[in-house]
Amino acid sequence: MSRANALVDAAWVEAHLNDPKVVLVEVDEDVSAYDKGHIRGAVRLDWKSELQDPVIRDFVNKEQFEKLLSGKGISNDETVVLYGGNNNWFAAYAYWYFKLYGHAEVRLLDGGRKKWELDSRELTEELPNRPATQYVAKDARTDIRAFRDEVVSAIGSRNLVDVRSPDEFAGRLLAPAHLPQEQSQRAGHIPTAKNIPWAKAANEDGTFKSNEELTALYAEAGVDLSQDTIAYCRIGERSAHTWFALHELLDLPNVKNYDGSWTEYGSLVGVPIEKDA
Amino acid sequence: MAKETVIQGVVLKDGSPVASGYARLLDEGGDFTAEVPLSATGQFRFFARPGSWTVRALVPGASGERKVVARQGEPVDAEIEVAA
Repeated sequence: MSRANALVDAAWVEAHLNDPKVVLVEVDEDVSAYDKGHIRGAVRLDWKSELQDPVIRDFVNKEQFEKLLSGKGISNDETVVLYGGNNNWFAAYAYWYFKLYGHAEVRLLDGGRKKWELDSRELTEELPNRPATQYVAKDARTDIRAFRDEVVSAIGSRNLVDVRSPDEFAGRLLAPAHLPQEQSQRAGHIPTAKNIPWAKAANEDGTFKSNEELTALYAEAGVDLSQDTIAYCRIGERSAHTWFALHELLDLPNVKNYDGSWTEYGSLVGVPIEKDA
Repeated sequence: MAKETVIQGVVLKDGSPVASGYARLLDEGGDFTAEVPLSATGQFRFFARPGSWTVRALVPGASGERKVVARQGEPVDAEIEVAA
């Protein structure tokens, strides 16, 4: 993967609004954002009710994913372009998900919904009409997703990148200041993790920083980019943003997103935790 | 766990509330902490620990910012004027 194959800008999207092989997908934390206006032709994906299993804490499985995308009218041979609010957190999360289930052509709209709005580009309330398809997913990849035991064994041996805010990293807060304080049992961070908040990878308008800036950012924070890396946050969406920067933009080979993240790790019995005094 | 307080307000352009845009909460060092979309009447609200903050507003074609000091138990109300 490389920057040119992972990221598109607004001009590209506008030029492909009528391209039958391109489908726009909006993914928001605030799912009502779509109703107030979306890019013409875009379908909505609800990161929680549609991408999470309703009972156990996990993704929807392969069959559920196939059913979901078939119902949205998305085909295997289409280029999926994701965008959303919160500086593309949930769009990046969905991007990772599409990659996990082997979708061939996936892109992220640089700057997401925010830049599109700030540029005063067209939004519509008109709903797209996409006939159902027969989407076929591949078996879930395991090379881009980290699980808890792997994370524990990575302490001191692989890069752990904690992308939460400094207050969450230090154990002063359990969730970002503007979101409900969903609880893990304990506050703090995984020992040896480096704290590089996700937002440092983005410009003010939500676009990603250049590859040169990204490389300098992680290197200066003490991350050895020649080593394997696991990124985590609280529930795996902000770290999907950083996973995208490291794995897709910088093209680093062994980068995983730990979607269990702090809400899982901070509730495990007996694992080591560090916090600031 | 730190006790939180409220930083809220409205974003104005030429004295009137703006209908769309974003408010960003930056910490004392200027680092990003949070961001919310503005309401249809230009309002924003953050929960934050007491301390010094900058609220920065981004709207189509304009931006502006304001420093605020949040104290425990005293919600901060701030008006932010944006300009091109």
